[in-house]
Amino acid sequence: MKLIETLLNGLSIGSTYAMIALGYTMVYGIAKMLNFAHGDVIMVGGYMIFVTMSAIANPIIGLAAAVIFCLLLGITIEKIAYKPLRGASPLAVLITAIGVSYLLQSTAQMIFGSAPKMLILLDLGNLEFGGLKIPVYTLVTLGCSVVIMIALSLFVKYTKVGRAMIAVSEDKGAAQLMGINVNGIITLTFAIGSSLAAFAGFFMLLKSPSLTNTLGAMPGIKAFTAAVIGGIGSIPGAMVGGILIGVIEAISLTIPAIAPYTDAIEFLILIVILLVRPSGILGKKRREKV
Amino acid sequence: MASNLKNIKWKHYVNYVVIAVLTVVFAVMSLTGSLSSSSIYMLEKIAIAIILSVSLSIVVGFLGELSLGHAGFMCVGAYLGGKASVLLEPIFGNDILCFVISIVVGGLVAALFGIVIGLPALRLRGDYLAIVTLAFGEIVRSVFMNSSRESFGGSLGLNTPRYDKNVLFIFAFVLLLICLAVTQNMIRSKHGRAITAIRDNEIAAKATGINVTKYKLIVFTISSFFAGIAGVLYSFSNYTVQSTKFSYNYSIEILVMVVLGGMGSINGAIISATLITFLDLKLQTILTGDLAVLQDLFYALILIILVIYNNAPALKGFREKYNFKTVLTKLKLKKAHGPGHVNDDEAKWDRVPTKINMDEVLSVDIQPTSHYTPDKPDKED
Repeated sequence: MKLIETLLNGLSIGSTYAMIALGYTMVYGIAKMLNFAHGDVIMVGGYMIFVTMSAIANPIIGLAAAVIFCLLLGITIEKIAYKPLRGASPLAVLITAIGVSYLLQSTAQMIFGSAPKMLILLDLGNLEFGGLKIPVYTLVTLGCSVVIMIALSLFVKYTKVGRAMIAVSEDKGAAQLMGINVNGIITLTFAIGSSLAAFAGFFMLLKSPSLTNTLGAMPGIKAFTAAVIGGIGSIPGAMVGGILIGVIEAISLTIPAIAPYTDAIEFLILIVILLVRPSGILGKKRREKV
Repeated sequence: MASNLKNIKWKHYVNYVVIAVLTVVFAVMSLTGSLSSSSIYMLEKIAIAIILSVSLSIVVGFLGELSLGHAGFMCVGAYLGGKASVLLEPIFGNDILCFVISIVVGGLVAALFGIVIGLPALRLRGDYLAIVTLAFGEIVRSVFMNSSRESFGGSLGLNTPRYDKNVLFIFAFVLLLICLAVTQNMIRSKHGRAITAIRDNEIAAKATGINVTKYKLIVFTISSFFAGIAGVLYSFSNYTVQSTKFSYNYSIEILVMVVLGGMGSINGAIISATLITFLDLKLQTILTGDLAVLQDLFYALILIILVIYNNAPALKGFREKYNFKTVLTKLKLKKAHGPGHVNDDEAKWDRVPTKINMDEVLSVDIQPTSHYTPDKPDKED
């Protein structure tokens, strides 16, 4: 019984991670950059929900506002901070991304203060099956994220824009020659990734109501870990990696002896994966060309 | 001897001389008692910051890899070096030997962790080192935070023996000079050229026979070694080590020092580390509470603006037109360097045919039935 509860909890944490990891992996696949600010977009989404909720007490409107705001934020960040550096060294882009992440965190702290904000979105209660007690938010998170992931996979696979995304991730120059608007596709990717981050922020607030300016930092790093474990650049890989990390986290948190070291264990798995299989579970091996 | 002295590039040694002179000046000042305890504290902090930024600078600026766990290596050094000094204190007392041993222990353990972290991450291209070092920093922090009271003090922190403050900062400066000597000699040697070759084009470097992973690992290990030493110094300077200090934000602060100083410039790293540490300590009293975040905001903006300005391909023309050197040249403060001012040795240039007469070249008939056979030597006149 306890095991099933733990596993379900892990699946719900994992699907949140997978949602964040999707943003990482799509941006990495297409813009070939590690968007460190992605985790902080989650936090911005969380604050946006908080602001909307204090005006209109409707979580769905809050979520919608957060998604729109994060989408615009993602596009703005891309246009201002990353676009001027296209063609520059990857290190420069990486440092700018860290700068953006730091900027978002400190701006949020300046506006909302460092004290955590309490925000109870919805009290969904628990479902009981015999002796099994399942919080409803677990099921909601799991269901929503599975639907979003399937929709995203179908979008990338079957629509014209989605195929253009695949083309850009394969070869930017060739895609441009085929008449694809590469800059537009990159902007779109950032928009999609950031709106997914807003969803992730919603799910995280559903689980625990405390909101600080570092809400997204740790989950962001863990989701990146998940993306690397699953194989960076691969959408199913992000899902597998996210769920794996979530389940490991849930199991490790139930064992008192190793509970304080949960984060350490997850990062240790990342280091081991990089040592054994650097391309991740579902990633393709890429040969470096001159 | 005289020509030897002439051949030395004095600008390579300016930073040693400046720091050594300053050390002597400050040492004399502290011995005569004209240095307040707050300025001694600031000098310690500046020396530690310079060691950190120079050691990070060789990884970020010269090797071209990003490490986000510099504070993590510092943390390892601080705890293990501090622990070593606590264990050795009953044996040696507050002795120089005890100090030196704990410095070496802290540095070596941090270097060991550098190898362990670098081995998986540096074999791969791309941003893996950034994420693995970030993860490492968090692991280290959580491990020391959850350690038992007897081993590393847990959340209360580890108390270290108190050394004489007047002597400690001199040691910090001596260690800083050692750090400078090691890094600068490495960067200016054959190995340094291999390292910058890896930064500029890894595949080309590999093609010329440079063992890329080996060099990356060496640089990363040296960098973490000095980060560990800085950690031990930090633990002695504050009398205590607390894992909360060595957070991700601290790593970013060191990165800001490197970026502000200019990537690939050790003197820049020294100057910006001094400046930022000085500002940090001065602003600590002015910006309190939620205002302290203004400083972080400022760092973030510095990072973004500087990196975009220095790297954006669209700004290349602007950068070349208005960079520091051309502005100085325009103000006639610096002698211009350029092709127009190179002194040609005319006698040498005379012998080099500068103009090829194409008609002459094309008019040579190539006869298929030539007497020339490549296998036999030419006919002697």
